[in-house]
Amino acid sequence: MDKLKALELQKTATIIRKYVIEEVFSAKSGHPGGSLSCTDIFTTLYFDEMNVDVKNPKWADRDRFVLSKGHCAPALYATLAVKGFFPEADLYTFRKVDSYLEGHPNMTYVPGVDMSTGSLGQGISTAVGMALAGKIDNKDYRVYSILGDGELEEGQVWEAAMAAAHYKLDNLTAFIDYNGLQIDGNITDVMNPEPIADKFIAFGWNVIVVDGHNHAQIKDAIEAAKTVKGKPTMVVCRCIKGKDVSFMENQYGWHGTAPNQEQRDQAIAELDEKLAAIEAEIAKEA
Amino acid sequence: MGKVATREAYGAALAQYGADTNIIVLDADLSKSTKTDTFRKVFPERHFNMGIAEANMMSVAAGLATTGKVVFASTFAMFASERACEQIRNSICYPKLNVKIGATHAGLTVGEDGASHQCVEDLAVMRALPNMVVLSPCDEVETNLAIKAAIDHDGPVYIRLGRLAVEAVHDAETFKFELGKGVQIKEGNDLTIVATGLMVQESLKAAELLAAKGINARVIDMHTIKPIDKDILAKASKETGFIVTVEEHNVTGGLGGAVCEAICDTAPCKVLRIGVEEKYGKSGTPAALLEKYGLTAQAICDKITAAYKGE
Ligand SMILES: Cc1ncc(C[n+]2csc(CCOP(=O)(O)OP(=O)(O)O)c2C)c(N)n1
Ligand SMILES: [Mg+2]
Repeated sequence: MDKLKALELQKTATIIRKYVIEEVFSAKSGHPGGSLSCTDIFTTLYFDEMNVDVKNPKWADRDRFVLSKGHCAPALYATLAVKGFFPEADLYTFRKVDSYLEGHPNMTYVPGVDMSTGSLGQGISTAVGMALAGKIDNKDYRVYSILGDGELEEGQVWEAAMAAAHYKLDNLTAFIDYNGLQIDGNITDVMNPEPIADKFIAFGWNVIVVDGHNHAQIKDAIEAAKTVKGKPTMVVCRCIKGKDVSFMENQYGWHGTAPNQEQRDQAIAELDEKLAAIEAEIAKEA
Repeated sequence: MGKVATREAYGAALAQYGADTNIIVLDADLSKSTKTDTFRKVFPERHFNMGIAEANMMSVAAGLATTGKVVFASTFAMFASERACEQIRNSICYPKLNVKIGATHAGLTVGEDGASHQCVEDLAVMRALPNMVVLSPCDEVETNLAIKAAIDHDGPVYIRLGRLAVEAVHDAETFKFELGKGVQIKEGNDLTIVATGLMVQESLKAAELLAAKGINARVIDMHTIKPIDKDILAKASKETGFIVTVEEHNVTGGLGGAVCEAICDTAPCKVLRIGVEEKYGKSGTPAALLEKYGLTAQAICDKITAAYKGE
């Protein structure tokens, strides 16, 4: 990935992170930690990979995406809005009673959302169904999904993992947001899902481990997955929960807590500072 | 005509209508029992075994349906409606996806496998889900048409099917199936029996026993539990003043519950709910179980007579 492209993706990711803070702040509820954590996966997928049409969200041959950890809807909505599926201004209606931006994604009324999720463990199975349909119909589209590392404690994830390998769904690439935290604390303290990579290898998946905040590494993993035949790919992304907001980083307490006015201001100021630095670098490169 | 189980009719209907390449069938290691193997023999490329993983199967069905497929997901009623209940709720019903759940081995007449496999709660559970249509056909002809109706309906459908071979009620030449419309199969003005599944056959026989006692019972085959036919029930309530529901299901929340809710809104009358009385099943032959749980024609007749006389 050339430097300018990498900087552009960092810029987009920072804009998305700002929206995550604004959504959760205006709703006075929601999940900032895991949303900030998986933002770079979203950015790489929607701004450097996925074949989608914002004018025709239900286009039959599009690549599909399922947010298996549906609580990170703020990151999905911000990504879709910045991509152009719906107005960015609508992000401020998140979780309000007349808004279409439900707390967890609803495919029947949010343009660009391919599956309704929120109950952990189910999204990955639906992605398996979409990938299976692609095989049945001999379509070229690819299916992507993001899971949480805590979500791996759901038995259904392993049923889905078995089925994806059994049906040789090499058109499916999933990502684990490996931030080490869930609601009640460290994943290893709550219910240890380790060793994660080894488990997926044992289940018959191709596994790639990357830095989940490095767009080039994520992109390379996506490309590598396309060359693997007969196996689904799991990209294990080492991530920082609450990434780029200093006081939220690595704090499980920010899993599902909204910032107050002061905290929101500080978060936005930090992200603005980061944005300015990226823009300065872009100016230098261009 | 010989007896045919509704699960047999289900497998045959899938094979019959399965030429539509949009139809996909999933099973969870029970295809010989659910009879989806009848479909697999004709269309192996569109039958997928999902293994003993019902929760995953329901969500996979949802994912397939997002691409425009009509997906049948089959297992025993027990594991469909309760093991995978939340998947049916969140992956299928909430987004109103086109998944049809072919749930076989419903009720006590599973027989010898016993209580762990005899689902007497599925109508209650499935009926509580918004967007769900719940069908409970009584014989071969009705099952075939119920499957056709399920394919034509855009959205989730739960189809309750039985293991036991049952007698025909309807005539293939003349029977018309309309989703959401009950079928009056015997006239009568003293009371109305509303039955579903294989209790339709028992209720018809019970009506004959009642007739011998001078009680003239109307009989309605309620193949659609949801949306329930409010009109036929209001009419029955007004014209006969006493409704008896008969189901191979717990007396809580199933057909009896649905009928009470419906007439509550329109034309309340006295209702007697006959079914499994807050109990789990047991091992035994289907006939012995129906006897033990009071679901034979004679037992139904006796319960109705006592309630009718007590009026
Ligand atoms: C089936 C189910 N059980 C419980 C929850 C409540 N819940 C929401 S998020 C969460 C923790 C998720 O942790 P993880 O998967 O690690 O997500 P991340 O750290 O990326 O936010 C839980 C338990 C849920 N949404 N679904
Ligand atoms: Mg986590």
